[in-house]
Amino acid sequence: MITMEHVCKSYKIAKRNAGFGEAVKALFHREYETIHALNDVSFTIQDQEMVGYIGPNGAGKSSTIKILSGILTPDRGTVLVDGRIPYKNRTRHVKEIGVVFGQRSQLWWDVPVIDSFELLKDIYSISEPLYRQSLEELTELLDLAELLRSPARQLSLGQRMRCEIAASLLHRPRILFLDEPTIGLDAVSKLAVRDFILKQNKTHGTTVILTTHDMQDIEALASRIILIGKGKILMDGTLDDIRRGGGSIDETVAELYRTYDI
Amino acid sequence: MKKYLSFFRLRFIMGLQYRGAALAGISTQFAWGFMEIMIFRAFYRADPSSFPMSFSATVSYLWLQQAFLALFAVWMMENEIFDSIINGDIAYELCRPADLYSMLFSRSIASRLSRAVLRCFPILIVAVFLPQPYGISAPASPRHFILFLITLILGLLMTVSLCGLVYILAFFTISPAGLRLMFNSAADFFAGALIPLPFFPEKMREIMELLPFASLQNVPLRIYGGSMSSYEMQKAIFLQIFWLVVTTFAGKILCHLAQRRMIVQGG
Amino acid sequence: MRNIGSKIYSSIRLYLHYVSINIRCVMQYKTSFFLTAFGQFLVSFTTFLSVFFMFQRFSSVEGFTYSEVLLCFAVMLMEFSLAEMFARGFDQFSGMVRRGEFDRVLVRPQNEIIQVLGSKFELTRFGRMLQAVVMFVYGILKSGIDWNFSKILTVIFMLIGGTTVFTALFLIYAAFCFFTLESLEFMNIFTDGAREFGRYPVGIYGEKMLLFATFFVPYALIQYYPLLYILGRRTERIYMFLPLLACGFLIPALLFWKFGVRHYKSSGS
Repeated sequence: MITMEHVCKSYKIAKRNAGFGEAVKALFHREYETIHALNDVSFTIQDQEMVGYIGPNGAGKSSTIKILSGILTPDRGTVLVDGRIPYKNRTRHVKEIGVVFGQRSQLWWDVPVIDSFELLKDIYSISEPLYRQSLEELTELLDLAELLRSPARQLSLGQRMRCEIAASLLHRPRILFLDEPTIGLDAVSKLAVRDFILKQNKTHGTTVILTTHDMQDIEALASRIILIGKGKILMDGTLDDIRRGGGSIDETVAELYRTYDI
Repeated sequence: MKKYLSFFRLRFIMGLQYRGAALAGISTQFAWGFMEIMIFRAFYRADPSSFPMSFSATVSYLWLQQAFLALFAVWMMENEIFDSIINGDIAYELCRPADLYSMLFSRSIASRLSRAVLRCFPILIVAVFLPQPYGISAPASPRHFILFLITLILGLLMTVSLCGLVYILAFFTISPAGLRLMFNSAADFFAGALIPLPFFPEKMREIMELLPFASLQNVPLRIYGGSMSSYEMQKAIFLQIFWLVVTTFAGKILCHLAQRRMIVQGG
Repeated sequence: MRNIGSKIYSSIRLYLHYVSINIRCVMQYKTSFFLTAFGQFLVSFTTFLSVFFMFQRFSSVEGFTYSEVLLCFAVMLMEFSLAEMFARGFDQFSGMVRRGEFDRVLVRPQNEIIQVLGSKFELTRFGRMLQAVVMFVYGILKSGIDWNFSKILTVIFMLIGGTTVFTALFLIYAAFCFFTLESLEFMNIFTDGAREFGRYPVGIYGEKMLLFATFFVPYALIQYYPLLYILGRRTERIYMFLPLLACGFLIPALLFWKFGVRHYKSSGS
């Protein structure tokens, strides 16, 4: 179970104005601006839930994911993931989670994918039998058999994403964070990835938290949607809750963004 | 021309905005110059009669070297350009209405100048106020100062032209990193960046002074302190112009070949 | 106790695993690798030449002869290259932070330092290492020192202490990346600068520099003082062990790194 209560997080960033005069001025005096990435955010996610976490860029999505995965310490509020405080005792926490950053790769570019997997086995101290078992299962479900022997640089984006997901699941985490997992993928790969995530949730009861801009992802995967904007939770409910009338999912979400002015 | 001016302006503003970087760079160069001076002081104390230049001319040489580092340091090549050559993005430049070589040339001048302008004044100002013999002295004469400025510009053009050759050679080699490492250490050595050329043995110095590397910082920094005779100065300036013409010409030809290769191979 | 032992064992194993992957990656581009390594081999050679040619003109500096300075340079270069071989991965750390790769490090259940060093291990540094070995052998042979057990031991201590101090400096450099990505250039004076200026015994830079190099960053402890012992200018045993004392410099470096990680986790950038 994941609970966040009254979590706040703000950053201070230096203002940089355009123009020559401004640049000279900034040399001597610098102005700072405080950005409230998260402003009193609270929610609870039960085990085995699949949650879509949506909102425009800069709304606070990635700050939330970072806090839950132990990379970021909140300013205020309490966070508990299966009874652990993520940002305290980092190593124990991250053993139980898997993270896929859609825009960044964790595979080694120039060696066969299987070599990256072997390294992850050491990093997560996965026992030999469990590793064999996970690998076999993931290879079958994600159709990796042909890919494992090729270096990551030779794979297409879709093939690579399948390997990325497998890499994040080798240690059988109880919670999986997916940050834009389908970005840039072709239609076939998108379907394969969605299908796999569904299965993973069904068979292993993995809790899945997904951020995405692709509303079809949400429609296919998430039974629950959390909408965040300007650091606040604006809506928390099912897809049906927000869908009024017969508009498409994209229209519905665009309407929501307009309603909340985000 | 206008677009390179705006590129210069952009670089300069960027340099101003990253004031931390500028400050760190200035203090590093300051510390570096100070340490170099301490080395030469120790050798001077050991045996003043073996010193080939006056101590104050050496000190001026070292301070000017730090102040104008960005103009002459061959290792300050732009990673952006290297990366675009390695990954083939440079091909986009071919679609633009500017000549590739002129682009490389003007861009390098702009980025070196903008860096140097930002950094030279604080270093020079502090160096002027340092107690003698550790501070920078006035130029040997007004004539020397004018020649210093002229050769400074020639030296900058020469640096850009030489580095241009390295950029372009990166098209033809499989290991731009290795090429760069070797070029950097050789150029630094022969240019007098490690120790000024007069400190080398006579025979060796004579040969080194003929090489293109001697036309970078060696000429202006030595003219400033007045450690060159009129004849030597004339010869050095002539060599600077000669090498500038040769390297630029070679660069243009190589660049032309590289473009042909790029088009044939499809980038 | 046994727990700690197995932890260290598995850490070393993981590091070696990283190293082996890095080697396999590099071997995909063999020619490029050998050329870069050759470049690395040549790089510090010009530093040696600058010492050589200065001594063509001058017979000594602050009472140190060519062969004595050469020994100093050789040992320093060896210390630096050893540290660089294992710990220069920190050099690319600013890029890791900028690109957000450090987030990936943090979501893995292993020590951050091992992950960073392992993933950025660079085999081409071997080129410089090779050059250091050549210089080291040459420096030792040329030194004309009457080697005995305690002098040999002193050299070994110097290598241990020096490698540790430079590793600590690389670590501090990396830790600075958590606070600023733009002001890092200043750290160069302490790493590459120390290698360059360390070619001469610290003593030649004057009293104040010696004090700085004794109490602030312990360069003198791994270079100047033990050198005096080896050259027979000092006979007190304490000079032998000063390089080991210098290893203590790793402690503030580690604390600073921890502090940096904490800062990163609270600022998120």
